Amino acid sequence: MDIELAGIARLARLELTDEEAKRMGGQLSAILSYVSTLDALDTETVEPTSHAIAVPTPHRADEVGNHLPLEEVLSNAPKHDNDSFVVPKVV
Amino acid sequence: MEFGRRTIADYLRAYDEGQVMAQSVAQTTLDHIASVDDRLGAWITLNTEQVLEDAAAIDKRRREGNPVGSLAGVPVGLKDMICTKGLRTTAASKMLTDFIPPYDATVTAKLRQADALILGKLNQDEFGFGSSNESSVFGPCRNPYDRKRVAGGSSGGSAAAIAAGHCPVTLGTDTGGSIRQPASLCGVFGIKPTYGRVSRYGVVSFASSLDQVGPLGRTVGDAARVLDVISGHDDKDSTSLQFDVPNFQAALGRGVDGLRVGVPKEYFQEGLAPAVEKHVRDALAFIEQSGATLVPISLDHTKYAVATYYVLATAEASSNLGRYDGVRYGHRTGTSVDSLEDLIARSRSEGFGDEVKRRIILGTYVLSSGYYDAYYLKAQKVRTLIKRDFEQAFSQCDIIAAPTSPVTAFPLGDHLDDPLKMYLMDILTIPASLAGLPCASQPCGFDSEGLPIGLQWIAPPLQEERIFQAAHFFESKTEHHLRDPQGETS
Repeated sequence: MDIELAGIARLARLELTDEEAKRMGGQLSAILSYVSTLDALDTETVEPTSHAIAVPTPHRADEVGNHLPLEEVLSNAPKHDNDSFVVPKVV
Repeated sequence: MEFGRRTIADYLRAYDEGQVMAQSVAQTTLDHIASVDDRLGAWITLNTEQVLEDAAAIDKRRREGNPVGSLAGVPVGLKDMICTKGLRTTAASKMLTDFIPPYDATVTAKLRQADALILGKLNQDEFGFGSSNESSVFGPCRNPYDRKRVAGGSSGGSAAAIAAGHCPVTLGTDTGGSIRQPASLCGVFGIKPTYGRVSRYGVVSFASSLDQVGPLGRTVGDAARVLDVISGHDDKDSTSLQFDVPNFQAALGRGVDGLRVGVPKEYFQEGLAPAVEKHVRDALAFIEQSGATLVPISLDHTKYAVATYYVLATAEASSNLGRYDGVRYGHRTGTSVDSLEDLIARSRSEGFGDEVKRRIILGTYVLSSGYYDAYYLKAQKVRTLIKRDFEQAFSQCDIIAAPTSPVTAFPLGDHLDDPLKMYLMDILTIPASLAGLPCASQPCGFDSEGLPIGLQWIAPPLQEERIFQAAHFFESKTEHHLRDPQGETS
């Protein structure tokens, strides 16, 4: 089973070297062919499970809570100025 | 008392009797770790300064007769997935090597409120992706029983630090077996609670529908004490359960008389090392002689669990790891780039290791247009079948017992070239994770090379007490948990 590795890597925002792509392509094909063992199961009438313990979504009051001060929000940014993250020019 | 054999109760007694001060315990423990951890690699970062200040504050409160928390002065370690304010939290990835969280995870805050001494951050597989702790950017964590072998993963450091006697308890995280498997390989107790029992707020996300924090300890009782502290609903994690939390320590000492223990035949099939099978069966026979009833059960869809898991977990991981963009925090490329998109792609490609890239790509693929139904939806449906297997089984038994890992600790490097083979090592831990069930591993013997073997317990949702009850009984009648690997703990 071959996968469109270059397209998928682009979607995932990853750059793969040729060597990485070759190695990973083979490994992913092996994993996907193993995954295809699931095809043996008839799941036509089975409901999917997204969370194991089904509980209703709790609601909280719609009030402003405590938030980190801007200085701390920016403290781990690789590049920032006084009040924003800095990135290469977009437009 | 031997340094590495102290239980939480031993520490608390020593403080109560005025034998030791928290500050000297913190200093001695940090010194000890600094002098021995080179050969093990259990720790990534030590909390050298802050913990001494915290300890001094606890000593002062004790001296002045003021109240202290239930873990006051007890040294603990945290897997490096768990955010610690002011102390770097790396997830063992180059991506987060310099990340210093501006806030505590809820579990960290709860441990601090209980006055535990947070010694530092423990080694793990990068982002929790692995079963051997070999994908850490800081190098592998070795097994205290044989340093040429793996500690297991992904919470390898959390298990090895206890086995080596660095501290009595640690926190790990478990997505498909990442607490239980290293606990098994290092001969310690480790429990993954019911999904949602413990808040995930401030814990680096891997697969959000599966991730759960849990304690590891040398003894069952110590893990129960810590789980008592960290459990409960958290407004900051909407998936955390709103049910009342029982007193887990109260389950200790109940014995196993009349307990119906399910033994799934699918967990004793090919691939199981003969020594593992023998010691687990011996443990089961002992439990039966002690008044429990063994009930043969079947979990029919066990063989589909690994495939199901690697679709769901990688899909969720690929979404969760989308946040690492080299902009707000984390690694940013030093090379010059022309666009934001290049900046993001280059930063991610430099910051993530091999296994992380592999899982992101697999997850992106199974979620991509045209493949979603065939892989992701299919896996979610099989997850339902796996969950039903357990529901059916628990109509016949109170708790399930089985091996944790099909093999004992394997040599470093053994499975690195074959990711699928590594994934298949998780066959016995993944099903309970998919069903969100509480489950644990405890030592039940050693193979001919002296490597620990783990006995796994799986209980119905919210029934952690049954695990503590059964595991504590077995521990109280056996001495596997007292073994000292190569004199590490002296």
